Amino acid sequence: MTDLSVLESDLLGAVAAASDLAALEEVRVSALGKHGSISALLKGMGAMSPDERKEKGPLINGLRDRVQTAIAERKAALEEAALSAKLAAERVDLTLPAPPRRKGSVHPTMQVMDELVEIFAQMGFEVAEGPDIEDDWHNFTALNFPPKHPAREMHDTFFFNPDEKGERKLLRTHTSPVQVRTMVSQKPPIRIVAPGRVFRCDSDQTHTPMFHQIEGLVIDRDINMGHLKWTLETFLGRYFETDTVATRFRPHHFPFTEPSAEMDVRCDRSGGEVKVGQGDSWLEILGCGMVHPNVLRQVGIDPNEFQGFAFGLGVDRLAMLKYGMPDLRDMFASDTRWLQHYGFSAYAVPNAATGLD
Amino acid sequence: MKFTLSWLKSHLETSASIHEVAEAMTMAGLEVEDVSDPSQKLSPFSVAKIVETARHPNADRLQVCQVDTKDGRKEIVCGAPNARPGLTTMYAPIGAYVPGLGVTLVEKPVRGVVSNGMLCSAAELEVASESDGIMELPDDLAVGTPAAEVFAAEPVIDFEVTPNRPDWLGVAGIARDLAATGVGRLIEQPIAPVPGAFPSPVEIRISAPEACPVFAGRLIRGVKNGPSPQWLQDRLKAIGLRPINALVDVTNLMSYDRARPLHVYDAAKLSGGFVEARLGREGEEFLALDGKTYKVGPEMCVIADASGAIGLGGVMGGESTGVSDETTDVFVESAWFDPVRTAQTGRDTGIHSDAQYRFARGVDPEFVVPGLEMATRLILELCGGEPSEVAVTGQAPARPAAFDFDPDYVHRLTGLSLAREGVLEILTKLGFEISGAGAVVRVQAPSWRRDVEGPADLVEEVARIAGYGQLPSTPLPEAPIKPQGVLTPLQARARMSRRAMAANGYAEAVTWSFLKRETAQLFGGGADALVLANPIAADLDCMRPSVLPNLIEAAGRNAARGFPDAALFEVGPIYLGDGPNDQRTVVAAIVAPRPPRRWDGRDQDALFELKGDLFALLEELGAPVASLQIAQGAASAWWHPGRSARVQLGPKQVMAEFGELHPAVLKQLDVAGPVYGFELVLDAVPAPKRKATKTKPALSLSPLMPLSRDFAFLVPADKAAGDLVKAVAGVDKTLITEARVFDLYQGQGVPEGFKSLAVEVTIQPRDKTLTDAEIEALSAKIVQAAEKAGAKLRA
Repeated sequence: MTDLSVLESDLLGAVAAASDLAALEEVRVSALGKHGSISALLKGMGAMSPDERKEKGPLINGLRDRVQTAIAERKAALEEAALSAKLAAERVDLTLPAPPRRKGSVHPTMQVMDELVEIFAQMGFEVAEGPDIEDDWHNFTALNFPPKHPAREMHDTFFFNPDEKGERKLLRTHTSPVQVRTMVSQKPPIRIVAPGRVFRCDSDQTHTPMFHQIEGLVIDRDINMGHLKWTLETFLGRYFETDTVATRFRPHHFPFTEPSAEMDVRCDRSGGEVKVGQGDSWLEILGCGMVHPNVLRQVGIDPNEFQGFAFGLGVDRLAMLKYGMPDLRDMFASDTRWLQHYGFSAYAVPNAATGLD
Repeated sequence: MKFTLSWLKSHLETSASIHEVAEAMTMAGLEVEDVSDPSQKLSPFSVAKIVETARHPNADRLQVCQVDTKDGRKEIVCGAPNARPGLTTMYAPIGAYVPGLGVTLVEKPVRGVVSNGMLCSAAELEVASESDGIMELPDDLAVGTPAAEVFAAEPVIDFEVTPNRPDWLGVAGIARDLAATGVGRLIEQPIAPVPGAFPSPVEIRISAPEACPVFAGRLIRGVKNGPSPQWLQDRLKAIGLRPINALVDVTNLMSYDRARPLHVYDAAKLSGGFVEARLGREGEEFLALDGKTYKVGPEMCVIADASGAIGLGGVMGGESTGVSDETTDVFVESAWFDPVRTAQTGRDTGIHSDAQYRFARGVDPEFVVPGLEMATRLILELCGGEPSEVAVTGQAPARPAAFDFDPDYVHRLTGLSLAREGVLEILTKLGFEISGAGAVVRVQAPSWRRDVEGPADLVEEVARIAGYGQLPSTPLPEAPIKPQGVLTPLQARARMSRRAMAANGYAEAVTWSFLKRETAQLFGGGADALVLANPIAADLDCMRPSVLPNLIEAAGRNAARGFPDAALFEVGPIYLGDGPNDQRTVVAAIVAPRPPRRWDGRDQDALFELKGDLFALLEELGAPVASLQIAQGAASAWWHPGRSARVQLGPKQVMAEFGELHPAVLKQLDVAGPVYGFELVLDAVPAPKRKATKTKPALSLSPLMPLSRDFAFLVPADKAAGDLVKAVAGVDKTLITEARVFDLYQGQGVPEGFKSLAVEVTIQPRDKTLTDAEIEALSAKIVQAAEKAGAKLRA
């Protein structure tokens, strides 16, 4: 049986010496291939006598198994080495930058618009809209600004040129015409907010010729100023996301409300910035009041049957107060650095669950 | 409107401080803008007398003065040449802050001599803008008299008068409201008529009663005009008015004390012996007291005598008949001019005098004659003279009509719980006359409250005087929250667009609704109806037909600042006309791609990325993306003709345009290209079909593997790939789930004028595996369809 052990040691030596998968395959074919040395031995077993087969069979089979195992092990080792070499060659420098990607953002005024709509939606308000280019009736007359009344002058109105009938359109100076449009087309009870662009012919650090307002209107049978006060207090607390918002109502005059009020919010103005919810200064934040009976009559609602309140506030200014933008004019300047700094993530959709932003 | 505390106290008995008064005003609706208290800054200073002076040992120009002060005798170094023994002047002790110098005095030697304080000039105290030497005060002032007293410096309140309350343009009117709030007691000052000694020789005529319904006047002869007394000058100066002479000062006092503007004429300069209130005549002009000549319009109320226009009624008097120190006979006018007309004259002439301001808001029509009597008394007191009888022509406008008022309405409208008596008492204090004792009373508004026209106005009066602080805070009744949400589909889409665009890397901008007309014209707008008559600036004179130019210009501004890479969007309005339905909401975006260079040398294709962003947005919005046509070459003139397209359902249902902006347009906007962009009209995206439930259609998943086949076609170079793909995909809409171009090739092997398009077709077997024969048949149909579309399978 010397030839078997010689064969085994030769084969195992060849397996160990195979330096790559191809050489190993050659060894496998030479031993276990169709014409391989072990295959020949296995084939030779058929011609053996039963006794001889009983004696040599296990030896040959053992040889085959050991060689097979050696080949498999060698193959695994060679494959691992090959993979390692391949991986080492595939190394890249991951400190190189990723392809550039622009960071998008939502404008703070629009973010605040979404916040306001969210807050008022939870209080049962629907959202109404109207056109920016208005007529005199919707912007003034229906709102109890008599023609040529000095109150109109306070509005610094943008006008278009008169048409052939002498009527001149204007850019709405407030979102209140939406009140009128809503009341003309809808029967009470009414509970709406109307956000949008408004326009005044005025420009300095705190005034821009265009800005945003949101208007609120509630009309029902028994709505009084107490409801107005609660609505605004609740809204401001939610908007500023603090329990410490303190407000006060001050009498004021607006042609379209009676009684009329302005609401101030308590704030701290020391150190050049305004902090709402602390300090002992007051900051005017919005105008409001009970809808004037003349307005209700103009839109065909009987003031003896229905009454209600309206309020309007500047959205850009409200955004500045909460988020600290120092200059109103920057809101409309489209400076990409500003938009990036003061803008909001696309995914920061205001909602009650996570807070407003 | 400004007034001083002492002026207020001539009408209101009160011990309230200036700040308490300001607070009470604020809470009663008189919006205080500023409270300035000059006495504060004068408080360290007091009167002193120089006893003796000696030359400073170490400085020729300095003197060492011994001064009697409220702190005893002090040695003070002074550089003023007028410092001399016996001079009464102003003393500042060590520690005083000297406002005119902006320094606080410290004890330190001046050239070796310690100065124990300072002798001050008027400028140093800021009681005069300039001064020469230290103050020279009257000798009868006692040492130690506070400076505030010497200069009658008093706290001044400045507040904003809302247009409905012309009665607040007089201090007496302010006092009435403050008395009602309980901050003091109103001092009633009945006006006794001054009997006339002779009939007024100046005839008063009214030929335009619609402009001037009532005109009263009288002559006072033998007056001696000149500077008015100190108290009157001080009063006027404290609120920023310049004293002129006694007669004019009286009219100014009446304006601010009683909201009663008057005019004084030098009777000697009147011609024809009459004054007439009439409308202006075409071509008429007059020289006003401000030294300017004004053209008089036919809608203006003119005061005229035989010489022509001598004043604009209620606005400004004329130079030719003004009073001077030489005036001996003065004619005093007290009239009532129509507010609307006066306001219009103010706008047309640009004159906003104190009188015009008051008449435009409406002065008390029943105070025409009492005002004249009060002015007469003042003139007689200051200038002497003998008055004529009062002449009145015309009729003052009637009071507003009385109306019924249910005091309980206060509670219904405000939620305030006030006793009926309390309600009526407030109204009475404000001058309302109440009659009747039933549940409903009858209320007559006073003549000075022409703004009050109904019960709601009375509720405001009561609520503001009772105090808004007492208003309850009552939760709104629960309202059913709409289960389907509160936004209209368009609003919801605008909101979603904003988030989608931001997520895709665009920064949201908000830009003006107006732009330069020439720019509007570049983008298909600029119609006459959309041009503003009074733009804020010449380059913001027209409503925008598109948001793109604003975004492009914004990119240009950013580039000029050194930040040329921009991806901006705006969700906002465009204006196609001036009608209420001519406004559209668009999502506009631009990319000025100047990204950082890449180390791998690869480039993003900005135009196709933008197309991807537009279609991702359309998909988010639920637009029928599969049915959309890309009509290349059909986009508007502001796009690059070869690199832009319309996105449409059909030629009449255009949703968007996108592409590269036309280089000529960019040049006109002075912005470097390339700039890519799109503008999507949200209103044009068809609304999703309303369904009864929000259930999504059932998902049918095939258990069979999809397979794909590649085809390479030869097509004419100008043929749109989209058409070929559409033809291929349309062969079998059940089996073919996608057809997609994966290679475009022109060059060797492809004939001139042609291109090779390779299309991968994904086939999804539905209910059984496809046999080779079936796949072959489908492939043949695909090739056939492609050929019909002008393509040939490449060999």
